[in-house]
Amino acid sequence: MPNRREFLNTLMRGGILAALGLISGSVILRSRDKNACSGGFACSSCGKSQSCSLPAALAARQMVWQLDPSKCIQCGRCATNCVMTPSAVKCTHAYAMCGYCDLCGGYLKPGTKTLDTAAEHQLCPTNALKRKFIEDPFFEYTVEEELCIGCGKCVKGCSAFGNGSLQLQVRHDRCKNCNECSIARNCPSQAFTRVPANKPSLLKSFGKEPLEDAGRKGVRNA
Amino acid sequence: MPAGKESEMRKIKPLPAKALKTPAGKTATTVILTLVSATLSTAAMAVQRFPKPEFESAYTQPQTLVPLPRGEFLAWMDVFVLVVSLSIVTWLVLKKRSRLLVFAMSVFSLAYFGFYREGCVCSIGAIQNVSLALFDNTFALPLSVLLFFILPLVYTAFFGRTFCAAVCPFGALQDLFAFKPQALGSRLNTVLGILPYCYLGLAVLFAATGTDFIICRYDPFVGIFRFNASFGMFIFGGILLLSGVFIARPYCRFLCPYGVLLNWTSRFSRRHITITPKECIQCRLCEHSCPYDAIEIPVTSKSPESRPAMVKKMMLLTILVPFMVLISGYAGSRMQDTLAGADSRVKLAKEVMALSVMQDAGNSIQDDSFEIKAYKTSGKTESQVYSEASAVLKKFYIGGWLFGGFIGLAIALMIGGRMIPVYRTDYVTNKGRCFSCLRCVDYCPVKS
Repeated sequence: MPNRREFLNTLMRGGILAALGLISGSVILRSRDKNACSGGFACSSCGKSQSCSLPAALAARQMVWQLDPSKCIQCGRCATNCVMTPSAVKCTHAYAMCGYCDLCGGYLKPGTKTLDTAAEHQLCPTNALKRKFIEDPFFEYTVEEELCIGCGKCVKGCSAFGNGSLQLQVRHDRCKNCNECSIARNCPSQAFTRVPANKPSLLKSFGKEPLEDAGRKGVRNA
Repeated sequence: MPAGKESEMRKIKPLPAKALKTPAGKTATTVILTLVSATLSTAAMAVQRFPKPEFESAYTQPQTLVPLPRGEFLAWMDVFVLVVSLSIVTWLVLKKRSRLLVFAMSVFSLAYFGFYREGCVCSIGAIQNVSLALFDNTFALPLSVLLFFILPLVYTAFFGRTFCAAVCPFGALQDLFAFKPQALGSRLNTVLGILPYCYLGLAVLFAATGTDFIICRYDPFVGIFRFNASFGMFIFGGILLLSGVFIARPYCRFLCPYGVLLNWTSRFSRRHITITPKECIQCRLCEHSCPYDAIEIPVTSKSPESRPAMVKKMMLLTILVPFMVLISGYAGSRMQDTLAGADSRVKLAKEVMALSVMQDAGNSIQDDSFEIKAYKTSGKTESQVYSEASAVLKKFYIGGWLFGGFIGLAIALMIGGRMIPVYRTDYVTNKGRCFSCLRCVDYCPVKS
């Protein structure tokens, strides 16, 4: 026969466990809608939450930080606010959108007279953007990841004068996925969002929808 | 362009239109909102100024490569390691009663959760994710984070704070520094013990309003785990660790917001560690063994207070508690503006307002701040910005009442706890404050 103190203890413990159960249940049910199916929020197959089973909904729950280039204003804070040095944000080149211009707004400083690779003509402060002649009049531009610091100067030039194929993206091999992203906190345009880990990139396209990444480094081609 | 290349380029293809949006809103308003935001988001869409070149040479366009994030199964491995280490530590604490093995486990946890996982994900920070998920429907909480929040509490409900003993990397790190712990005295312990309640209240308030995750932002040890602390955080962490030589585990006792939850859960735990496995022989050896002032010494003076005096105290408390809650809640609601000032939406509204005042006065602005530039390109109207900010302010009004009331309740209960007389014959652990580190068990001469 338990005494009164023990009984109250059990009662309180039961209350705490019930509260924890209530919190978990409510959080799981609320999050289910958006992460139903395996496609996370970018799921295109159903659009309905009712038909999704709970186990499937729970499968795609990991979230990572990503930068939405359609909101980015290239303020340059990505380069300085990341906990990583150099930043986990780097320039990504969406080749499919590139015009291969000779007069590249992302590569050359505005007002440059001679279109060449002279250091004083380059926008990139670290010489991370490489220019290679393909055929007249086209040039290929490649971002050397090791050198890129994510300052977004080339991105700004490319969006202002070109097709916008140079875009800032969080490189997930470098990102620590901090619970509170210090770039997200300082981003003036709220371009940083959490996206499902199985759709980790948000490259913009000429349409309303993001580009689907063609290849995933070291893993597989989509 | 060679025909073979075409299929390769197609690999970069736009997703279907509805893919961008979250699944269809249930009400008409959400549909309208979705449409509005869809039209707004097209404002910053890429413009095709130059056509895709028609290459004549055999040039192959490189693929755009995107590195994949950490594999999802690794998140489940973290949960697995958490469960296993919680179970092992609980077994070591309650069955083996071995301080040495608990210490070994704490070194493992420090290595895995601390230096390998770099302090993320952690149960302390998970408070914020859970709070945000409870109040914001658009925030999707990963299940592993929910488990990191729930599991230590469940274990604590049954076995006491074994999580603090050797699973939490913060505790493990500070435990290494507790060389010369000094007793602080019960008064100082109780008063400083209010700090975690304030920290918890603020953290939940800021997380639930979607303002900030302050626990992670002002995390003193994560920078040490990653070897890249900012100067301020390095000093903060360093001070905590160095003061931890004399005041053992200062973060755990006087700051940790998760500790508040663990403390209250542990008070009602089913099987908590006891100093002695059998009967206390009153040898007093354990008296000074606890670095955390969590051992209650016997109060043997058998002079119970008179019934009228007790009734008086009881009546005082029944008035004091609601009074404190109300006063403190009111104070919290008055702090609405100050607290909401930390929110980016409120900050933006203030900047936009200042801008429009300047423009009305006929002054031209030389250089817009990045926030204003972003606001101008986003296509939001001024009134939209203001209504967003006022919605945040409203949340902070309610949140301020709750936050203040919570602090008031914590202080009132602290006072009440000190008013109630206790009688004890043995040395016992304070179930709320005890971290189950087993130092006292080592000192106890009674072995099972």
